Amino acid sequence: MNTTFSAVRPGIRRGLIELRQLFTTGQELFGQFFWPVVMIVVMIFLRDNTLEGVPIDLGTFALPSVLGMNLGFTGLIYLAQLLAVEREDGTLLRAKAVPNGMTGYLIGKIVTVSGSILIGILIVLVPGLFLFDGLALDTVGAWLTLTWVLLLGLVATLPIGAVIGSLLKSPRSLGLLMLPMMGLIAVSGIFYPISAMPDWLQVVGQLSPIYWLGLGMRSALLPDQAVLAEIGESWRHLETVGVLGIWAVVGLTLAPVVLRRMARRESGSTVAARRERAMQRVG
Amino acid sequence: MTTRTADSGDPQATASTADSAPEADTVLDVRGLRMRYGTNDVLHDVNFTAARGEILALLGPNGAGKTTTIEILEGFRMRSAGEVTVLGADPAKGDERWRAGLGVVLQSWRDHGKWRVRELLQHLGEYYAPYSTDRIERPWNADDLVAAVGLTEHAHKKIMSLSGGQRRRLDVAIGIVGRPEVLFLDEPTVGFDPEARREFHDLVHRLADDQTTILLTTHDLDEAEKLADRILILAGGRIIADGSADELSRRMSTEAEVRWSRDGQRFVHTSTESTRFVRELFEQYGDSVADLEVRLASLEDTYMAMVHQYEAGNAEAAAREFEEVSR
Repeated sequence: MNTTFSAVRPGIRRGLIELRQLFTTGQELFGQFFWPVVMIVVMIFLRDNTLEGVPIDLGTFALPSVLGMNLGFTGLIYLAQLLAVEREDGTLLRAKAVPNGMTGYLIGKIVTVSGSILIGILIVLVPGLFLFDGLALDTVGAWLTLTWVLLLGLVATLPIGAVIGSLLKSPRSLGLLMLPMMGLIAVSGIFYPISAMPDWLQVVGQLSPIYWLGLGMRSALLPDQAVLAEIGESWRHLETVGVLGIWAVVGLTLAPVVLRRMARRESGSTVAARRERAMQRVG
Repeated sequence: MTTRTADSGDPQATASTADSAPEADTVLDVRGLRMRYGTNDVLHDVNFTAARGEILALLGPNGAGKTTTIEILEGFRMRSAGEVTVLGADPAKGDERWRAGLGVVLQSWRDHGKWRVRELLQHLGEYYAPYSTDRIERPWNADDLVAAVGLTEHAHKKIMSLSGGQRRRLDVAIGIVGRPEVLFLDEPTVGFDPEARREFHDLVHRLADDQTTILLTTHDLDEAEKLADRILILAGGRIIADGSADELSRRMSTEAEVRWSRDGQRFVHTSTESTRFVRELFEQYGDSVADLEVRLASLEDTYMAMVHQYEAGNAEAAAREFEEVSR
């Protein structure tokens, strides 16, 4: 117990070192800034459209929604991608060869991915506060809401991301997941209120954590009157906690089992076999 | 280490020290190890032990089960049957404290590419800090370790910028960062140039002097002969030979090659009793014998002979079985 706990510190340090690498390596830096910048540009164009019966423009509506989407998407996909890549290249096996290394590795990944999500939110939010005057982040309550939505979002998505990453055969299979993810985002009411969609799509959208993260972010960042554009003209905080809570419980139940199964299978020869397959593809 | 030089001169000494070693000093103990994939037995009945500070080389043709054996000992693979003890525990049930006593040298590919050499060693070392004992201080200091594997001038380089040979040295450094009591190396010197290989051999000997038990697999017989106190030959899923290089060649009593020249003509003769042959040669021709060379069977000859003999034996046994069935 005592020694397992000792992996916390190296794990956090590992996460911070890898987070620093994300923002000091040219290629990674591009990846971190590309989509946020695209999103801001899109939202600037959306500013000219108004929403019916609501005193905010579409750009202002989209900004918090995009924050929720980034949080959900990154939480689900980024950790999965890292696990798949680092299982193939042997990083995971190295962790397995070290006492408490797997625990440290996972803590590190959680720190890196959470940190990258947080910074990603700031990259959009900070310029957004200057560009969109409809945002209302001027009360303590708004900041509190932002904080709990963020934390709950991480707990709801990261474990599911870990499960996806453990089940992927190779980093290439991640491509297969992108299409359904895009579909999920499309029905999650990010760029336009979900209430304008057909009923059955609304039902599908409300199963997705991305919808609830968008809603939670809007409840934190938009003025009170903006609630008129939502389903039932309510921010539905209770339901948000409920749905995201279910995702969290499912994820946290499955993740340890699936991760342990994945870790058990790692050995020098499994990594070598994967390397061979990947090399065939490259060469 | 004085005992090692004595060992290679007198194989009997090795056997007696190994026999008289106390039970607690047995670091690896493998009995009746079996590994089956589906209906195919990769390992039939593998038996061997290793004492503290001993260097063992596991030799064998491709597909003989070397990697499977080493992965079972590392606790990375479950076995089908048999008793295996590594540092007093079953690898299938080893806890993290047990894990801290093990070193595994893995073949890197492109992991940790953005990390810097010293940074990664420092980081991985942290996991071993809670497992220091009175006898062993863990981990190995990162700067000393970087120097020990000859990477000092690359300490602050990104790992992806290292050459293949430098990466392999880093692999070794990662394997020993926790000052392991037992170290596993699977094909450690693939891709080393001769100088790197010699430095690696020196490092392995230093580790063994510090009472580290080392099990390595290799295809390089010359390396096995230089490094190992004891050589295990694995063929057909069994250990078919276990002993020092000298003992193995004696057991096989392979032929030696005698070369000489007389009156400007060169001669070659192979004999199992080369000493007597040379004496007779001089009795017969006296001073006219020149350029005398006696080349004893190398480990390679011994190894090839053993594997062939084993495979031939297997074939005969199979043929006998077939005859019995068809009768």
